[in-house]
Amino acid sequence: MEFIQQMINGISLGSIYALLALGYTMVYGIVKLLNFAHGDILMLGAYAGFFILTFMGVTPASMLVAFIFSMTICAILGIVIERTCYKPLRTSPRIAALITAIGVSTLIENGARVIPFMGPNPKQFPTFTSINYDVFGINISMVQIVVLGVSIILMVLLNYIVNGTKMGKSMRATSYDMDAAFLMGINVNKVISFTFAIGAALGAAGGILYATAYPQVQPYMGLMPGLKAFVAAVLGGIGSIPGAMLGGFILGVAETLTKGFISSKLADGVAFGILILILVVKPAGLFGKNTNEKV
Amino acid sequence: MINLKNRAFNILTLTLVSTVIFVILLILQYFKVISEYTGLLLTLAGIYVIVSLSLNLITGFTGQLSLGHAGFMCVGAYTTAIAIIKYGMPIPIALILGGIMTALFGLAIGIPTLRLRGDYLAITTLGFGEIIRVIIVNLDSLTGGAAGLKGIPTFSNTGDFIIDAIIRFSWVYIIMILVIAVIHNLINSSQGRAIISIREDDIASTSMGVNVAYYKVYAFTLSAFIAGVGGGLYAIFFGYLNPAMFGWLNSVNFVVIVVLGGMGSITGTIIAAVVFTYLQEWLRVFADFRLVIFGLALIILMIFWPKGLMGNKELSITGFIRQLRSGEFSPRQIKTKWNEFRQKKGRKKDGRAD
Amino acid sequence: MAVLEVKNISIEFGGLKAVSNFNLKLESGELVGLIGPNGAGKTTIFNMLTGVYKPTTGDIFLSNRENLTKRVNGFKPYQITQNGAARTFQNIRLFKDLSVLDNVLISLNFNVKYNSLQAILRTTAFYKEEEKLVEKAMAILKIFNIDTKANELAKNLPYGEQRKLEIARALATGPNLLLLDEPAAGMNPQETEDLMKLIRFIRDEFKLTILLIEHDMKLVMGICERIIVLDYGQMIAEGPPEEISKNPKVIKVYLGEEVEFDA
Repeated sequence: MEFIQQMINGISLGSIYALLALGYTMVYGIVKLLNFAHGDILMLGAYAGFFILTFMGVTPASMLVAFIFSMTICAILGIVIERTCYKPLRTSPRIAALITAIGVSTLIENGARVIPFMGPNPKQFPTFTSINYDVFGINISMVQIVVLGVSIILMVLLNYIVNGTKMGKSMRATSYDMDAAFLMGINVNKVISFTFAIGAALGAAGGILYATAYPQVQPYMGLMPGLKAFVAAVLGGIGSIPGAMLGGFILGVAETLTKGFISSKLADGVAFGILILILVVKPAGLFGKNTNEKV
Repeated sequence: MINLKNRAFNILTLTLVSTVIFVILLILQYFKVISEYTGLLLTLAGIYVIVSLSLNLITGFTGQLSLGHAGFMCVGAYTTAIAIIKYGMPIPIALILGGIMTALFGLAIGIPTLRLRGDYLAITTLGFGEIIRVIIVNLDSLTGGAAGLKGIPTFSNTGDFIIDAIIRFSWVYIIMILVIAVIHNLINSSQGRAIISIREDDIASTSMGVNVAYYKVYAFTLSAFIAGVGGGLYAIFFGYLNPAMFGWLNSVNFVVIVVLGGMGSITGTIIAAVVFTYLQEWLRVFADFRLVIFGLALIILMIFWPKGLMGNKELSITGFIRQLRSGEFSPRQIKTKWNEFRQKKGRKKDGRAD
Repeated sequence: MAVLEVKNISIEFGGLKAVSNFNLKLESGELVGLIGPNGAGKTTIFNMLTGVYKPTTGDIFLSNRENLTKRVNGFKPYQITQNGAARTFQNIRLFKDLSVLDNVLISLNFNVKYNSLQAILRTTAFYKEEEKLVEKAMAILKIFNIDTKANELAKNLPYGEQRKLEIARALATGPNLLLLDEPAAGMNPQETEDLMKLIRFIRDEFKLTILLIEHDMKLVMGICERIIVLDYGQMIAEGPPEEISKNPKVIKVYLGEEVEFDA
């Protein structure tokens, strides 16, 4: 029983990781950049939600407003970051872009610490009073249902965008071969911006969900979930959208199981243990393809 | 130039120069020309030089970004501290032990991550650094857990704090010179060229008979060893340890130093590490703004000045002296050079006119 | 004495057979050309011979300078190079930011006579060996007439000299078999002419066996003693240049490409 309980907790947490992992995987798939600042988008998204919910109070309507507001703001931010920081480095060695991403991350985190209305101290995140449902002796909270529900809706939506729209087709083409896509008349810059926007919007939604589940916001809150989501993306096979979702769930479950049955102190280490394991056993990830550099 | 004729000249000049700098810094400290605080900063800068050079070996020369150097330092620091406190080992042995322990960790992380490139390696080393912290927190009977480890005896305790400061400085300075010599000599050898070829193009490298996997692990292990020794010095320098001192942001600091100095430049790293140590102190008045500035600096640096201070070039004392002796800087030479320069400039202007 | 013997190698990429049942035997001192339309699998064969790809089936046997024959499929590229086969790349892969001399010195690494400890301690053995290495590298550069540019960065060389440096670098590994992937690509007729002389010269001077991929028919017909034609991953013809240029199968493959066999 305890096991099933932890599984449910894990799936709920994992859905947040999955949302975040999608952002990593899409951006990586197209520009081959590990966007270190993605975890910080989660933080900014959570803060945006925090302001709306503090201002409007917690009702289903205000939750909806919070999601839309936060996802829009972060989507715009995602585009701004891409245009100003990453675009100039698109043809540079990848190590340069990666270091820039670290710079962006440091800037956002510490920028949040010095902005007066955000500040370095943790703030209580306003959330609804959760009702617990007892299903055959297993405790399922309202929060968990909301987290899982919202995540699934967003993932279905993303799936539609990628597989059912013209933009999605362009995204897939660009991810497959950027130069060829450009020659075929696809506006590659627009596609990249769009990808960053979508990734950031999902990250922002993940931020609100994360803050709802662990009701607190602080500038460094995105760091750990960000890293774990990256691990999830690698686990699923970087560039693969279903892989990122599955990876997120696996990671969430692994983490809660460790917390529940081994030691809560080890929970943060598990993600990285999984990372090293997957890289040794199957570096391409569960759904990834082995790619060879063209010689 | 690497040849036997120059050996004596090179060794003599370099020993002389590093000794003179050493003696000057000692005199300045002894006669309190520079404050005790500045002396402390100088010593800290020396430790930063050591760790940054070790990072440059793997990131600048081998081309593999590591975000786990704070983790390596952490292993070295705790090993050294525990060896001294719990087992009463003398400092040199404790430092070497710290280095060896870290090298073993480097080996353990290096082998499985060999196949990885760039981002994957970066995130794995980062994760590894975090795992180290988790381990240290969990081994609380040995490491003091999250509360930390206190009471690490310092280098000397003579009662006279100027003498203590000088001894502390000497330890760091001498080890720093050794590390510089080791890395410089390694890089300027066949093995070093093999390491650099991996950074340039690993596929071409392996096709030219270089055992890429071996040299990657070699560089990684040596880098870990040096970072571990640096960590050991850090532990003795501060006298206490806790896992929070080795967060991944500290690893980022070393990346900033290496990028600022120029990836693949030893002298660049040395200058950048010293500048960084001082900047860090001066910027303390800005409190939280300090890290905002760092982040911004990193972005601007990569976009507008990706080669850093020195690129992959070196400042060479022996080269400079040789140029002096060859008459490169005689008044006559300088005059011809100046004329050439002016002519060139003139030509450029003409070119623009039409 | 066969330097290279390839028996029935095939490779698949995700179900697609890029090369199937390819056989090849190179006798010592031969100069053989591998031609075929784009996408025929020429570079893929090179990549299998040099260990970049592992063939799905089949065997590759390679002899080094000491006539020691080894089965090399599954070997890493560096092991194959150390066993006597060196290559150049279709899209030049020099160590761009290193000097011309360093580019060649890197190829001498695996035979170096000092270890890293001796290098760190700067022992006499280190200096002596280092002088020998530089001497050897300069001698190779001299053959290609780029020894005067030894201290320039590889990326600053003109295109033709970059191609030459690639060959020089491969030669420095002391190969028995030299694999040249489109050595004349991007060269003008005069440069190609010089290159032909150079390839013949190094073959005789270093007693090499050479296998080359080339689209420049003048070069292929001019210097190769034997030509292998590849199409869709399969060998469709093999023989001396005169025969190949008359072979109806080959003409069919090249039909529409207007290739002149007038060498």
